[in-house]
Amino acid sequence: MTPLLHITGLWKRFRHNSDWLEVLHDVDLTVGRREFVSLLGPSGCGKSTLCNIVSGLFPADRGVILVDGEPLGITRGRVAYMQQKDLLLPWRTVIDNATLGMEIQGVPLSGARAEARQMLHRFGLEGFERSYPALLSGGMRQRVALVRTLLCRRDLLVLDEPFGALDAMTRSAMQGYLVRLQGEFGRTVLFITHDVEEAVLLSDRIYVLTARPGRIRAEVPLDLPRPRHPTDEGVVREKGRLLNLLQAEMAKAFV
Amino acid sequence: MSALQPQEMATPAEARAGPNAKTPHRGLGAGRRIGGWAGRVAPPLALIAAFVCVWEWGVRAYGVPFYILPAPSRIARLLVEERSLLLTQAAVTLGEVLLGFAIAFIVGVGLALAIFSSRTIERAVYPLVIASQTVPVFAIAPLLIVWFGYGMLSKVAMAALIVFFPIVVNSVDGLRAADPDMVHLLVILGATPAQILWKIRAPASLPFVFSGTRIAVATSVIGAVIGEWVGATQGLGFLMIHANAQLHIDLVFAAIVSLSLMAMALFLAVSVIEWTALPWRRAGT
Repeated sequence: MTPLLHITGLWKRFRHNSDWLEVLHDVDLTVGRREFVSLLGPSGCGKSTLCNIVSGLFPADRGVILVDGEPLGITRGRVAYMQQKDLLLPWRTVIDNATLGMEIQGVPLSGARAEARQMLHRFGLEGFERSYPALLSGGMRQRVALVRTLLCRRDLLVLDEPFGALDAMTRSAMQGYLVRLQGEFGRTVLFITHDVEEAVLLSDRIYVLTARPGRIRAEVPLDLPRPRHPTDEGVVREKGRLLNLLQAEMAKAFV
Repeated sequence: MSALQPQEMATPAEARAGPNAKTPHRGLGAGRRIGGWAGRVAPPLALIAAFVCVWEWGVRAYGVPFYILPAPSRIARLLVEERSLLLTQAAVTLGEVLLGFAIAFIVGVGLALAIFSSRTIERAVYPLVIASQTVPVFAIAPLLIVWFGYGMLSKVAMAALIVFFPIVVNSVDGLRAADPDMVHLLVILGATPAQILWKIRAPASLPFVFSGTRIAVATSVIGAVIGEWVGATQGLGFLMIHANAQLHIDLVFAAIVSLSLMAMALFLAVSVIEWTALPWRRAGT
C-alpha cells in the first residue's frame, strides 16, 4: 500500500540578504495512511517551511512530494493545515469559522452547519456557536481552529505546533482531544512540534530533524501501548532517548 | 481612577485580538461600553455651557451690538423662529453633501481596489493621489463654478473632492491590513482570489473604511459650504454670505450652528452604522 504522503529528496533555500539560506537539506519522509507522524526539531529547523511546502503554499527547490501516489502539483486543497495561530476570522461567529473550509469547497451551507454543530459539541463548545472569537479563551479558540481543520475533510492533516501558544494545562487537554479524535476517526496526521513529551504521547512514529539546515537525523518508531501517560515507563524511556538525540541539535540551534 | 477606566476596558479585547491587534484609530462608534458615556460626555458639555454663559454675560455687560456679536440667547431664539428657512437651506446643503460623499465613496473605494490589486496602477496612481493633497481644494472652487455652474453640481463636486482622499487612503490601508496568514489559510483551502477578497480582505478593511468615512462625512460639509460661498443660489453657505452682507450676524451664527449640528449628526450616523454593521468589533469589550 502506498503511503499517503511520500517525500523524497526535498531541498529548500531562501534568499537571505545577498546570500542563500539553506533551510531543508535532502529530506525524505513518509506518512502512512491513518498514521500519526511527528516532526521533532529545534526551532528554526525548517519544520514550518516543510509544512508550507506540503500544504502547497510555495514549491520546493528540488524533491518529489506524492500525496496518495500523485505529485503535489499546483492544485491545492489536498491538505488541511493548522498553525500555532488560530487564524479565526474575528468577524465570523464560531460556527461560521468552523464551516469556512467547507464553504470554500462548496458544501451546501445547511449540511455544513449541522456537521459543524455536531463537531463543536464534541469539543465542548456547545453554546458558543454564535459567539465571536474575541470572547473565547485561547484554548477554546484553538479548539475551534481544530474543528475547522477537521471539517475540511482532507486526507492529510498538517498540524504545525498547534498547541504551542497554550498554557501547559490547556495544552494537555488539547492533546487529550487529539488522541481521542485519532482513536475515533483515524485521520492521517503530520504533526510538528518541538516538545518531546508531546511527540511521544501522540505519535506512531517520530522524525528528528537537525538544526538548520533541517535534515532527518533519526526516525524513531514508537511501539508504546495507548493510552499513554507522561509517567509511563515506556514514555519516560523514549523521552530520554529523544532528548539525547536532540541535545546536540538544541545546542547548535542556540549558539 | 475613573479616567483609567476606558483604557482598562479596552485592554483585554485588544490583547485577545492578538495578531489582529493592528487596528485603526478607534472613534466614538467602536466597541465602547455605553456605561462610561455619561462620564465622558459631561465634562465637554459643562465646558460648552460655561463658555456660552461667559459669552452671554459679556455681550450683555458690554452692550455689544448684535451685528458684531449676537448673544447666544438671540441666536437660540432665531434658530427657533427661522427654523423653516434654516431647515430648507440645510436640506439643500445636506443633499449636496450626501451626493458628493456617495460619489467620492464609490469612486474612492473602486480606486482603492484597483490600487490594491495592481502594482502598476498603484505605482502610477497612488503618488498622484497623495500629491493631489497639495492642491488646495478651496482654490479650485471658483473653477468648479465655471465648469459645473451655480447649481447643485458644483457643490457636489466640491464635497466629493474634499473627501475623496481620506476614503482612498483608508480603504487602501484597510485592504492591506488583512493578516497574511489568514490569506494563506484560504489559499491552502483552495480559495479563489475573489473568495479571498470577499471573505478576508473586505471584512478586514471595514474598520479602516469606517474610520475614514467618519472623518470624511464631516469634512464633506465644509466642501459643500465653500462651494456655496463661491457661488450659489441656495443652501446654508449661501444663506451665510447673504446674511453677512446685510449684517444679519445672528443669522450667520444660526447657520453655523445648523451646519455643526449637521456635521455631528452625520458623524454619529456613520458611527451608528459602524456599530450595527461590525458586531464583532464590540465582542469582548
